[in-house]
Amino acid sequence: MFLTQEDVQALILTARLAGTTTAILLLVGTPVAWWLARTKSWVKGPLASIVALPLVLPPSVLGFYLLLALGPQGPVGRLTQWLEISALPFSFWGLVLASAFYSTPFMIQPLQAAFEGIGERPLEVAATLGAGPWDRFFTVALPLARRGFLTAGVLTFAHTVGEFGVVLMIGGNLPGATRVASVQIYDYVDAMQYAQAHHLALVLVGLSFLVLLVLYTRRSVSAWSKV
Amino acid sequence: MKYLKTLAALLAVSLLSFAQAGDRITVAAAADLKFALDEVAASFRQTHPGDEVIIAYGSSGKAMAQIQQGAPFDLFFSADIAFPRELVKAGLAAGDVKPYAIGRLVIWSLNLDAAHMTLSSLADPRIQRIAIANPKHAPYGQRAEEALKATGMWPKIESRLVYGENISQTAQFAMTGNAQVGLIALSLVLNPEMKGKGSYSVIPQNLHQPLEQGYVLLKNGANKPLARQFATYMSSAQARAIMVKYGFTLPGEAKK
Repeated sequence: MFLTQEDVQALILTARLAGTTTAILLLVGTPVAWWLARTKSWVKGPLASIVALPLVLPPSVLGFYLLLALGPQGPVGRLTQWLEISALPFSFWGLVLASAFYSTPFMIQPLQAAFEGIGERPLEVAATLGAGPWDRFFTVALPLARRGFLTAGVLTFAHTVGEFGVVLMIGGNLPGATRVASVQIYDYVDAMQYAQAHHLALVLVGLSFLVLLVLYTRRSVSAWSKV
Repeated sequence: MKYLKTLAALLAVSLLSFAQAGDRITVAAAADLKFALDEVAASFRQTHPGDEVIIAYGSSGKAMAQIQQGAPFDLFFSADIAFPRELVKAGLAAGDVKPYAIGRLVIWSLNLDAAHMTLSSLADPRIQRIAIANPKHAPYGQRAEEALKATGMWPKIESRLVYGENISQTAQFAMTGNAQVGLIALSLVLNPEMKGKGSYSVIPQNLHQPLEQGYVLLKNGANKPLARQFATYMSSAQARAIMVKYGFTLPGEAKK
């Protein structure tokens, strides 16, 4: 067969990780992006910088701090011990935590731009028509920002699929839990199994291209429809 | 304008730093040599002032793949003597493969008393995570798997194993306490950073194939006298003393 059973397992795991990360970031990122888009507070600058940090920091910085924080002496490690839940390093949920940090700007920045693009006017109109703040958010802002949500969701998902350095540092390479497709390819190359590396790598190239094609085609179609 | 001048000055300085008097060689080395070979190179430099020995550490498998694809290394110190032998067969070497050390595997733990552990102790349910190097391509990982299989422990603890990309990452998993126990290289345990931390016991050598390590002069280094001198230095009394200090058994010496 073209892909081994392990490859399929790695691909499914990658999709699960990317999906879970995207879902969590949608929940956490939306209010942050909304706040950033509308605030005039001095906190905006520092917070926006923190959100953008994963864009510039090497994955090894995040990996290093996560390794220390999640370990038995670290704050998160102590918390999981105290709560008597299973330890995070070398686990799927540890990777979800790492990916959520690592993909934060890919969720928040497009959403923030979309919310800013709406402007004050539609919200003010809604307010004069008697809509409360929650109503304005769900019936005016969310529908108007839907393209931003598509971009943010697709980019977060795709960026998590493309994650490698952090996973390598805190994953421990466990099949079905932390051995995602990118790590599997790296292992093939290290073990000099180039044919296997090609197969899985080509699948990733194909899938990633398709995802981005959907995103960019939709974008240009909607841009055209405005003309 | 001012900025441009500063920038130009900085560029000039950084370019100048490349033009230096001595020779320079680049060495690819197995991760278990990290501290030992650094010290050998430092000692070598004392007799070769002005020359530079640049060492890139990593998994032997990766270095091997890079050399096959034309990476400009002059010497290759592998953790598995089979790799340089393959390079000789492929016509990528400029000399014979020489054994330089035999590595040892240890059970190491940050918080548990590993000094009194054997591989059978790993069945202890308190040990939730055991780090080994990836047996697919790391020599220390392959030997760890052999030893665990030889003692019948493999099926009991396989679900608790985590895999490091190379032996120093495996040590890192154990050193940060994220894995309670690591099966790692003695040479890493004996380095100054790790000394005094945790505890360890050496795994009997009869439980696995020997970790016979070998180096080879590569095509790229064939015409560099410095590469040959550094290779020769490995069998000097000073270099051998350093290797012994880091727990390596030397070729031609009685095994423990």
